[in-house]
Amino acid sequence: MKSYRTHLLLCAGTGCVSNGSYRIKEVLERELAKHNLQDEVAVVMTGCNGFCAQGPVMTVQPDGIFYQLLLDEDIPQLVEEHLLKGRPVKRLMYTPPEEKAPVPKMSEIGFFRKQRLIALRNRGLIDPENIEEYIARSGYRGLAKALSTMTPEQIIEEVKNSQLRGRGGAGYPTGVKWQSAARHSSDVKYIICNADEGDPGAFMDRSIIEGDPHAVLEGMAIAGRAVGSSHGLVYIRAEYPIALERLNLAISQAREYGLLGKAIFGTDFDFDIAVFQGAGAFVCGESSAMRASIQGEPPEPSAKHTHATEAGLWEKPTVLNNVETLAVVPEIIRRGAGWFAGIGTEKSKGTKVFSLVGKVKNTGLVEVPMGTSLRDIIFDIGGGIQGDRKFKAVQTGGPSGGCLPASLLDMPVDYERLSEAGSMMGSGGMIVMDEDTCMVDVARYFLDFLRDESCGKCTACREGVDAMHQLVSDICAGKGKEEHISLLEELGQAVKDASMCALGSTASNPVLSTLRYFSDEYEAHIREHRCPAGVCKALLTYRIDPEKCKACLLCNKNCPQNAISGVKKKPQRIDQEKCIKCGVCRDVCKFEAVTAS
Amino acid sequence: MPRMRFEDLDKITDRMRKVMSLREGSGQAKITVHMGTCGLSAGARKIMKELIRCADESEVKDVIFSTSGCAGLCSREPMITIELTGQAPVKYVDLTEDKVKRIFAEHIVNGKIVAEYALAIGSEQTI
Repeated sequence: MKSYRTHLLLCAGTGCVSNGSYRIKEVLERELAKHNLQDEVAVVMTGCNGFCAQGPVMTVQPDGIFYQLLLDEDIPQLVEEHLLKGRPVKRLMYTPPEEKAPVPKMSEIGFFRKQRLIALRNRGLIDPENIEEYIARSGYRGLAKALSTMTPEQIIEEVKNSQLRGRGGAGYPTGVKWQSAARHSSDVKYIICNADEGDPGAFMDRSIIEGDPHAVLEGMAIAGRAVGSSHGLVYIRAEYPIALERLNLAISQAREYGLLGKAIFGTDFDFDIAVFQGAGAFVCGESSAMRASIQGEPPEPSAKHTHATEAGLWEKPTVLNNVETLAVVPEIIRRGAGWFAGIGTEKSKGTKVFSLVGKVKNTGLVEVPMGTSLRDIIFDIGGGIQGDRKFKAVQTGGPSGGCLPASLLDMPVDYERLSEAGSMMGSGGMIVMDEDTCMVDVARYFLDFLRDESCGKCTACREGVDAMHQLVSDICAGKGKEEHISLLEELGQAVKDASMCALGSTASNPVLSTLRYFSDEYEAHIREHRCPAGVCKALLTYRIDPEKCKACLLCNKNCPQNAISGVKKKPQRIDQEKCIKCGVCRDVCKFEAVTAS
Repeated sequence: MPRMRFEDLDKITDRMRKVMSLREGSGQAKITVHMGTCGLSAGARKIMKELIRCADESEVKDVIFSTSGCAGLCSREPMITIELTGQAPVKYVDLTEDKVKRIFAEHIVNGKIVAEYALAIGSEQTI
């Protein structure tokens, strides 16, 4: 392979691609050629780097310099200064919010420094479309070890001893699941990778497949060896086009190298992987609904009288593991159970990937040891709240999770603690909310999502979620009554008890957890017809302070409803009958004369 | 690519070592070519190309390259600084392509400093 002196690792995760990283690549190559540097400097497209908020991002290796928020017009200067003359360009580096000087090296930026990468071990470091780069980073060595020196029983024992638990949300011990499938003899068994990531704001699984698809394939092959299966299947949603493309490419490369297919590594082990595209229904992430979807039936969950590890897909023993779970398996086999079990808390071992989004400064993909506190994740890695507003809550676990208040910020994050606090680990979505977020409105948003996504099979979920949505919408509209709160609690419990699958049994979590921690906001809406965060439009009244109004008529001219009247040089007035509470008047006012309360 | 055997993992890893040590920013030897205006006009680009060619042809796999601006001694350009892990950096001055060929063979490959081309051992202190 040809030597280069420098590699430009340009992020090609979905976030950076939408911010134009392929266009940046073209400009980079053009500028490199202009300075005759094309034989010295290579541009390498990597998977998601994790620091999505600052995209498009690029790391210059071996110097370790991190560039961010790149624009086409920055490239000529970057190439000439850094790559030709050896002078890194400060203005394109990242400057932490509280500091004045930029931090040149990626390894010294707080966002990266405090993370520990296992599932994301190759992120931003390899070209996901080149199998040899994965191999050079110890790839397929876990599988080689499993096939050359371990029996299937030993593989299962190793995974059990590592205490790895499912990263899709429920946290079931992976080794126990494998053991159960291994015990049932059958001509055909299935290993399914669950890549049907559907939570709003979650992109862990997508990023792993985009950035390191072979890690998932290797994990599946190891699982196949452990349980005696030669059939793998990745269930991935069709709306992940980049992940899908790289996954298919990785599978064909692995086949070409003899790492999938017949007689892997020349042994008697056969294993191949097919890809099934889901149409994007949230419920398909649930195991029995996914099975129905693959079998060509309507994706409705069914009662589990027998476990899927005994009779799952096509009534055959089936192991369903999440993307992240499978991605850590090769490292557990390669480095040993003890290494993995040494990280994390008593009952939750290893690390967890979170997609950190919402009102936090450093949105992106974060991997930390289990037991890291919410405060460390949100304030140290996440850099705190945007615009230095006050933190109000963090929503974990997606639509089925719950909202946790500031008083729980020091809670260590693991499966048990999150459940005790009324939320859940889920697949790892983490949505940060500030003081301008109305918690009743948040509950309404998630109920609206679940109302759409409920498959409708169980009455409690279909009707119950709809009824809760109606009640919460009424509260947001100022039509709430005192008894609505107890009714919500009762309904929430009923939906939980009488729904078959996890979608229904956790659907009440956003309501119940906001009622538990933010009851004062519900009360303000109901008793005082007031939305403390100023979000619920029906409860807002826009007024113009006659003292502050300079009669510039800006609001008057901009109001889309012509609801503002008044003459020149006299304070303006808003006609409440006509006002639609769009907030334009407040936005345009230069004297802060317009208030909403 | 024929179907892989266990031992092929090592072969591929070995073949990719140059790429990966660069990617990970870790190498036994780091060569910095000074590319200020003075260095560029004195022929630093040719020096860099020659060094890359030496690395390409050599068995040594973990050499990484870096560039930096003017080193402050414009009259002695082209200059390079070589750092072997655990040793003090060495600055070479007044370089030509032939000189760096010899420096690569003796210093990088065999670990012996070419004293006659060296300016000094060590770098200036920065506060």
